[in-house]
Amino acid sequence: MAMLTVDNIDVYYGAIHAIKGISLSVNQGDITTLIGSNGAGKSTTLHTISGLLKPKNGKITFEDKDITGMAAHKIVGMGLVQVPEGRHVFANMTVSENLEMGAYLRKDKEGINKDMADVFTRFPRLLERKDQIAGTLSGGEQQMLAMGRALMSRPRLLLLDEPSMGLAPLLVQEIFNIIKEINATGTTVLLVEQNAKMALSIADKAYVLETGRISLEGTGKELLNSEAVQKAYLGG
Amino acid sequence: MDSGFMHQFVQQLINGVSLGSIYALIALGYTMIYGILKLINFAHGDVYMLGAYIGFFCTSMLKLSFLPSIIVAMVGTALAGMIIERVAYRPMRNAPRIAILITAIGVSFFLENAMILFASPQPRTFPAVFSATVYHFGALVINSQQIVILVSAIVLMIALTYIVNYTKIGKAMRAVSFDADAARLMGINIDFVISMTFALGSALAGAGGVLVGIYYNSIEPLMGMVPGIKAFVAAVLGGIGIIPGAMMGGIILGVVEALVSGFISSTFRDAAAFAILIIILLYKPQGLLGKNVREKV
Repeated sequence: MAMLTVDNIDVYYGAIHAIKGISLSVNQGDITTLIGSNGAGKSTTLHTISGLLKPKNGKITFEDKDITGMAAHKIVGMGLVQVPEGRHVFANMTVSENLEMGAYLRKDKEGINKDMADVFTRFPRLLERKDQIAGTLSGGEQQMLAMGRALMSRPRLLLLDEPSMGLAPLLVQEIFNIIKEINATGTTVLLVEQNAKMALSIADKAYVLETGRISLEGTGKELLNSEAVQKAYLGG
Repeated sequence: MDSGFMHQFVQQLINGVSLGSIYALIALGYTMIYGILKLINFAHGDVYMLGAYIGFFCTSMLKLSFLPSIIVAMVGTALAGMIIERVAYRPMRNAPRIAILITAIGVSFFLENAMILFASPQPRTFPAVFSATVYHFGALVINSQQIVILVSAIVLMIALTYIVNYTKIGKAMRAVSFDADAARLMGINIDFVISMTFALGSALAGAGGVLVGIYYNSIEPLMGMVPGIKAFVAAVLGGIGIIPGAMMGGIILGVVEALVSGFISSTFRDAAAFAILIIILLYKPQGLLGKNVREKV
């Protein structure tokens, strides 16, 4: 069943037509990925889904509710949460304060404490640094913090924008393992990646985005074996 | 050093700290609003004037005592701040920075002239809410108003520090001021947070207005102009956007002004304030507590 449906949206930055009629759907329980080169419109698509940008035309539906043009903070309240590209942790706040911000909309203190303990179990390095200012963390630790912070809101659909960006290969593998774990515990994932090979290998469904349009779609495996994708994104 | 000089120095220090704590209260609002909207709210000094008038109304017409008066003034200015943000600044949220700045100057003129219209341009005498007891410590003199100002300012600054560091709304303010889009992705309603920031900052300015009314006994519709600019200097001195910086900048500015008045001439007082601004902009434009590097990517 489609949890999220994006129906033929157009997004503009001023006069620039960044997204030209994209449609996609994310099924409950899946990992869906959106791959494409720099500037193809991947982040713009996620920002539009999250409500940071408003589409000019088209419709976005989440769990049967129309969320097109809805304020970003309300969308978070519905269980659709994004981990933005470049982590965007609150570098002036401590690791625990960052996690508290993730739980901003929740009032159940016990549940919050439990989830924070879960985040610390999943990311032991954050526990070691919980009173440290987030700006002093390494890139990989900041990515973990950004993901942990998003999990604090108990998302049903998690949008991840380039979680592997700028990380060492070993760390990339670790981040992808964590994404699979998060998905296995019942969170649906929409993953945007430039690392097409890694993303396709864990994806149930995948879309290729090229200059604001979807050029290919299929299961992760289909696209991994597709000649066009291999040529353009997997280096041969 | 002879004791006459030391005595004079310490006396001016006392005067400077009490004046400076008022600058600090006003500077806090500047710095909080700048931190969250990157806007120099030129109307902030007029919100302080509004606080003084509400305090005047409460003490002279309603015959309220100090504490209820300052609370009413703070609530009144908090509401005024929220209304100003909602009506004048929010529609300009995505406009170029210079357009919002000009709007702020317009709001400032509006408040000043509206007060002239409704309350007349005549200065008003602020009733003496405290018997002006003078305490002598050896040769040093400190009066009850100075004590009230200092105690009130310290209590308010402690309360603000607590709110900003330990409450949910305070943490949300820090989050929004650091990265508004990331804050929205946490589910934070940034319009609400910005509104609350205006409320808090304006309430502090309102309290400052009442304290100044008590200190100088006289208020008038244009009284916010010079202290408003000086509080801005204080905020820049400490590092605009940084809360402890505004407190520090306010106190330093007050002390420097008092020392200049005491040892050189009170006509140079304002010149000293602006000399500080020029020096800080030339040599440490990020302010005393400011850092150049804000984040690591």
